[in-house]
Amino acid sequence: MTVPVPYRVVAHRVDTPDTATIVLEPADAALPPFAPGQFAMVYAFGVGDIPLSVCDIDGPRLAHTVRTVGAVSGALHDVRIGRTVGVRGPFGTGWELSEAEGRDLVVVAGGIGLAPLRPLVLAALATPERYRRLNVLIGGRTPDDLLYCGEPWQAAAGVRVTVDRAGPAWTGEVGLVTTLIDRADFEPPRTAAFICGPEPMIRATAADLVHRGVDPDRIRVSLERTMHCGTGHCGHCQLGPLLLCRDGPVVGWTRAEPLLMVREL
Amino acid sequence: MSVVRHGFLGALAPGHRDRLLTFAREACFPAETRVFEEAGAADRFWLIRSGLVALDIHVPGRRAAVVETLGEGDLLGWSWMFEPYRWHLGARCHAAVTAYEFDAEPVRLACAEDPAFGLAVTRCVAEVIARRLKATRTRLLDLYGFPGGGTP
Ligand SMILES: Cc1cc2nc3c(=O)[nH]c(=O)nc-3n(C[C@H](O)[C@H](O)[C@H](O)COP(=O)(O)OP(=O)(O)OC[C@H]3O[C@@H](n4cnc5c(N)ncnc54)[C@H](O)[C@@H]3O)c2cc1C
Repeated sequence: MTVPVPYRVVAHRVDTPDTATIVLEPADAALPPFAPGQFAMVYAFGVGDIPLSVCDIDGPRLAHTVRTVGAVSGALHDVRIGRTVGVRGPFGTGWELSEAEGRDLVVVAGGIGLAPLRPLVLAALATPERYRRLNVLIGGRTPDDLLYCGEPWQAAAGVRVTVDRAGPAWTGEVGLVTTLIDRADFEPPRTAAFICGPEPMIRATAADLVHRGVDPDRIRVSLERTMHCGTGHCGHCQLGPLLLCRDGPVVGWTRAEPLLMVREL
Repeated sequence: MSVVRHGFLGALAPGHRDRLLTFAREACFPAETRVFEEAGAADRFWLIRSGLVALDIHVPGRRAAVVETLGEGDLLGWSWMFEPYRWHLGARCHAAVTAYEFDAEPVRLACAEDPAFGLAVTRCVAEVIARRLKATRTRLLDLYGFPGGGTP
């Protein structure tokens, strides 16, 4: 797991002005299966490696949605079909959807945070009898920045979308993603929630859900810190007592909340 | 009805909620209706039961900029509660809207005459304003923008 395994880029799709999805197939042996919420360390040869969540798991194939923010993400965003990248993983904790059986599901995504939640929603849609109502709430910067628009699962899941800023052509909602919580259909004491996005958005969303009566132990959030080794050794991703590459990225809100309130962490 | 279970009405104790609803009448607005205009007299308010309303600001030379949308359960309008009782935003129905409509003056009078009722209603309106302020401040952070601002 610590040596990158070669994967070939078999598909590349531009999603938004700064984001693309790449599909990878093992060039030789595949890595062990990934679970929704887990991540891989993906290596752009000659540039470096970065943590990327899996946004689709299809047998040995992996898909990652990459947003360009710097050198490595830029190289992976621009990678061409047929090229080889190195992949290590699977790393970290997953969403553990099975623990939410029999409950209403509230899935809240902000920006690129939808990528790791996508396989969770697909898994919930594949076994609808196991859950009560499914609510998928998505916040984005502008309509142009929204991910996976038009994919059939969005209609199947009845996603609700809101943006921070919109032009005149947009007829949907404008506002923070937390405003969608008021209109979602769930019974708070019987709800399991899954949140991923920028940290202030995670805090605001979890606080609103708790205010509505959702048990903090039933809220799971995915956190980001700089990651390097992926195996809990180098300490780059430390958050208080947690090493997020190993004990996260998905963490229960009861555990995450006090740590996120400490500025130095 | 979920508009009563949560949203603005859900935050009121049943007695105060029933009292407030005695002032309500049902209203419907087709899509594209302008419910009120910036700087107009804030003499009414609404509790949205279905549909979507966009709050906008007039920008000279451009189409009005939408700053927020409101939907089921939301309070539409709070300028009726504070002087000078003028709307500070415009409101347009994105989709057909059904709502409870209230005349502001009798509600203000009832709030003044019955301090317990007045406090409960004022508190709920203040909570709505606080939540919108908090959400607006969070949006000001441009959370989903490029880290550190600028472009990659
Ligand atoms: C568990 C985990 C899963 C992730 N999944 C995804 C994913 O599916 N898709 C995706 O696009 N990104 C994902 N990220 C974020 C991604 O790893 C970073 O964007 C990447 O490491 C940046 O590296 P770089 O070399 O391109 O940029 P750098 O040169 O390292 O950084 C460029 C700029 O981006 C900022 N930056 C770096 N890392 C982050 C970060 N994590 N969040 C916000 N700003 C950052 C830096 O402060 C700097 O301003 C994930 C991160 C973690 C920890």
